[in-house]
Amino acid sequence: MNRLSKAALTKAAPQLLSLALILFLNYLAFPGFFEIRLQDGRLFGSLIDVLNRGAPVIILAIGMTTVIASRGVDLSVGAVMAVSGALAATMTVAGYPVPVVILAALGTGLLCGLWNGILVAYFDLQPIVATLILMVAGRGIAQLITEGSIVTFNEPGLIFFGTGSFAGIPMPILIAAFLLFVAITVVRRTALGLLIESIGINRSASSYAGLNSKLLLLVIYSFCGFCAALAGIIIAADIRGADANNAGLWLELDAILAVVIGGTSLFGGRFSILMSALGAIIIQAMNTGILLSGFPPEYNLILKALVIIVILLAQSFSSLGGWAFLKAEFRSKGAKR
Amino acid sequence: MSTRLLPFYATLLICALAYAACVFQFPAMLSFRVAGNLLTDNAFLGIAAVGMTFVILSGGIDLSVGSVIAFTGVLLAVLITHYGVHPLIAFAIALSITTVFGASMGAIIHYLEVPAFIVTLAGMFLARGMCFVMTTDSIPIDHQFYTALQGLFYRLPGGGRLTFIGCLMIIVFVAGILMAHFSKFGSYIYAVGGNRTSAELMGVPVARTTIGIYAMSGFLSGLAGIVFSLYTSAGYSLAAVGVELDTIAAVVIGGTLLTGGVGYVAGTFIGVIIQGIIQTYIVFDGTLSSWWTKIVVGVLLFSFIAMQRILVFLSSKRTTAIGGG
Repeated sequence: MNRLSKAALTKAAPQLLSLALILFLNYLAFPGFFEIRLQDGRLFGSLIDVLNRGAPVIILAIGMTTVIASRGVDLSVGAVMAVSGALAATMTVAGYPVPVVILAALGTGLLCGLWNGILVAYFDLQPIVATLILMVAGRGIAQLITEGSIVTFNEPGLIFFGTGSFAGIPMPILIAAFLLFVAITVVRRTALGLLIESIGINRSASSYAGLNSKLLLLVIYSFCGFCAALAGIIIAADIRGADANNAGLWLELDAILAVVIGGTSLFGGRFSILMSALGAIIIQAMNTGILLSGFPPEYNLILKALVIIVILLAQSFSSLGGWAFLKAEFRSKGAKR
Repeated sequence: MSTRLLPFYATLLICALAYAACVFQFPAMLSFRVAGNLLTDNAFLGIAAVGMTFVILSGGIDLSVGSVIAFTGVLLAVLITHYGVHPLIAFAIALSITTVFGASMGAIIHYLEVPAFIVTLAGMFLARGMCFVMTTDSIPIDHQFYTALQGLFYRLPGGGRLTFIGCLMIIVFVAGILMAHFSKFGSYIYAVGGNRTSAELMGVPVARTTIGIYAMSGFLSGLAGIVFSLYTSAGYSLAAVGVELDTIAAVVIGGTLLTGGVGYVAGTFIGVIIQGIIQTYIVFDGTLSSWWTKIVVGVLLFSFIAMQRILVFLSSKRTTAIGGG
């Protein structure tokens, strides 16, 4: 906990450097990459596009960070996105006003998260297992809501959340930025962040210290479900329809990857929401770069896999303590264990 | 002993009840034809699920299964159709690649001490990405050897067919059961899953076992890919999306504890058959849509996991009562 700001910058250096490198490569592949222009009162350009397309994953990563920090994982976010999108689209078609639709969709996300939280906190299930249930059943529920078809809608109020803009900035970016701000403020200006970290490091010790860890886990998983529902609404509004099969497919993996790139350990404990958002932006910058440089988008998956492997190698290297002179310390750590 | 077997008996009971309920509504479901199809249609799922059972028994998880199946299918199609390689040689190539692939995942999991799910997640991306790089088209496989294998079946009474791939699944299950309970490797797997540290202290070669488990899962996924390509006569890079979830569901419904150390390969077979029965029921009904499969499987998953929790809770209460007294 010494030299805080400097340590924070050094910690963020690999991520910032890799983002800079990816952006530079994008610039090489597509010279107009950094151009931003104002057209019809809205900002356009590849950079804006990266943020705009990355917004759903940023939102997911915010919720996922808190879950992973509590030593859990939420595999169901993709399915929850499909459910909330399906509900939003179906209710819009049925003629409900937009505020009701949004509230219902977000409420469903909260409920889904609450379900996961109950399984993790009260049934003591492993988080992977607990959220697997909803991951399997969620898409079925989404298809039940849309009755198996792709529901399309034309309600301008709802579409605004996906493609509209305010003060020149696309709505998804604004929503993601707002959520990011609120989440960081709540987590870091109160003791909440500390409590989440303590659960992640040692849940039973936290409970013995008087922390209501069950309630906190419920809140964490509900928040993650809420974030997933929000991302689901944005994606449904963006494509003006709900596709129960493909909405949010594999996005849980992107969200986890974003958190891991951001440097939050999968074993819980110290976390940074801002860094996870940075991780999400890095992923999207890679996606956009591959599209711009004319490679088939399929290369994306291989690139992502390589990124995961490199990060795992780097993390395990640093956690094993840079081999050479820390070997002694590593031994003493092993002895303590 | 009896509490350990209880989930397995429960699965067996549910399977029997489900089948009885189906037969009650659609008497035609009680036939060798349906039973034969049940085996054929779920052959690839079952074979992959055997590998998943061992992985989960060891306390790990393998998310790469579906992608590896698709990868194998595409690789076979490219080798056989585009390069004119004989299927048997193509099978050998595919199986060796997937086995090495699984072994390297196991090595990363063991030596870098990272959670299995993130490593196999990378494996999932990698395998799926390799499919796309080879081709994004669906390539048909048209080879005499394939036709011969597909035409290989034992005719059951009543027009049912016990096909080659159905038999292969049963052979894999029998081999899996024998391996789990009558081989050194099998007891190593249970030991590692029960408690890794104690296993290590008892002299179980944990590194070799972990790598072996994932190599076997890779091999069986490859075999499942071969079966899938025999079943569909094509290779397609978007095939078998989400099969890893079906296999995990089959393993859990089959009574294997996701924390590792407890479970039976035979239970997984029942788990696969239950999923098959649900699908068959939906086909027979005709008005229900296929998404009900997912919901019912989700509900089953939940009930089995909840039941396991209660059993674990009860048995731990009993042991503390004994130990504390």
